[in-house]
Amino acid sequence: MVCDICHKNSATVHLTEIVSGKVAEMHICQTCAKSKATELKEQLSISDFLGGLVNIDDVEKEIETSLKCPLCGLTYNDFRKKGRLGCAQCYTTFRQQLMPLLKKIHGSTQHIGKSPVPANAKTPLETELKELRVRLERAVQLEEYEDAARLRDSIKTLEIKIKG
Amino acid sequence: MFEDFLTNKQNWLNGKGPYSEIVFSSRIRLARNIAQYPFPSRATLHQKEAILKELGEAYAKVRGLKKSVFVRMEDVEELDRQFLLERHLISQEHTQSPKGKGLIVSSDESTALMINEEDHLRMQVITSGFDLNSSWQALSAIDNELSKLMSFAFLPEIGYLTVCPTNVGTSLRVSCMLHLPALVLTRRINKILEFLTRISFTTRGLFGEGTQALGDFFQISNQVSLGHSESELLADLTSVVNQVREQEIDARSVLLKKHKLNLEDNVWRALGILQNSRLIGSKEALSHLSMLSLGLDLGIITHVLRETINGLFVLIQPAHLQKQEGRTLKEGERDYIRAEILRKNLTA
Repeated sequence: MVCDICHKNSATVHLTEIVSGKVAEMHICQTCAKSKATELKEQLSISDFLGGLVNIDDVEKEIETSLKCPLCGLTYNDFRKKGRLGCAQCYTTFRQQLMPLLKKIHGSTQHIGKSPVPANAKTPLETELKELRVRLERAVQLEEYEDAARLRDSIKTLEIKIKG
Repeated sequence: MFEDFLTNKQNWLNGKGPYSEIVFSSRIRLARNIAQYPFPSRATLHQKEAILKELGEAYAKVRGLKKSVFVRMEDVEELDRQFLLERHLISQEHTQSPKGKGLIVSSDESTALMINEEDHLRMQVITSGFDLNSSWQALSAIDNELSKLMSFAFLPEIGYLTVCPTNVGTSLRVSCMLHLPALVLTRRINKILEFLTRISFTTRGLFGEGTQALGDFFQISNQVSLGHSESELLADLTSVVNQVREQEIDARSVLLKKHKLNLEDNVWRALGILQNSRLIGSKEALSHLSMLSLGLDLGIITHVLRETINGLFVLIQPAHLQKQEGRTLKEGERDYIRAEILRKNLTA
């Protein structure tokens, strides 16, 4: 195999580069590999340099600690200290932070089970079925297959209930 | 207040219900919050009062709460709050700082709704023996009726919203109080407790969170509340409780086969102490009552009623002693009254 860069020497180094999600394979010779390595090092040091200026983790942390529920005034910091939320709105305000936590505690982020009965409810079973179908679709989209399987079972049971 | 409860024969202490020789009681709990108010810890007293008013009016319209009373905790004396705690009708937290807190409790003590505890509503149904399904039906019906009268904090994605993220989703806590003296005597209990924790079940003592396993009682409940339907959670706990129950039955037969004489001796000694002592502490009394209960299950003693023993587990608690005597008792006095009550109930 001939080198992809100089097209002269035989290729002994095989390089896989992933740029913006695209995979490119290169087969190059020793000499070209050396100059490629220097190039890569330079790229790395630039990102290191940028990284030193702006630590992305710090920015996220700062955003997190300044998060505050507009309704009850609870800050994300308060929540981290006490593990208790202040109002229903907190779940929306801190959604991004809470979802991974819920996954950790419960092994799931998808409610399965009863929902409040609206004052004018007529066929709660059918409403439940409709909701379950929507959630199944979501679970499949999110590739939460365990949840999806459970939802599918619940849908089947409910369908039998409604028909029978 | 609540004097009728002392002579109540229909409650969860009567020793009836399926498998009651090992499964003392079954309890179902749901947590709910009313959408438009901040949770109790962030609510003003004014807002808590509004919640009390709303629920005080709503409960009268709920069929499952017809024979219930509504009380403000600040109108309940400290001794009575302790009394309700010992009867498992309110939590430790609900006995403290009573302002803005309330309770709805049915006359048979099967149903209790704490208002403005950790969540706006903590509702429970508790029955004697191993009976989760009928308790669930009863509680779910109450929940449905209430949800037509007020709007509960709920997101379709993650279910009912609660103060603590560990209760989100169904907010369902299913628990059974198991009496496991043979597993304790044969020292098998630790392995079982370890196993339960590993498969995400919690075990607690006789009086809930943070209490020791007094009198060989263990309360087993689910840990997870999101991602599983209520019926799944009920079925899971049922199967776990059945397994533990079978382990206890096995340990009992081992004791009978290998240590019959020792066991009989322990049971009769326990009865002897309970029938004769003049001063007895709560811990000692509980451990002898536990032995007595085992003796009754295994046919070693036959002349004491299950109902009597189950009742005594609670009747010898501090607030119950004082309610029965109708006055405040000093600590030393309690041991005397406790011994007297035990003698009176166990000597026919």
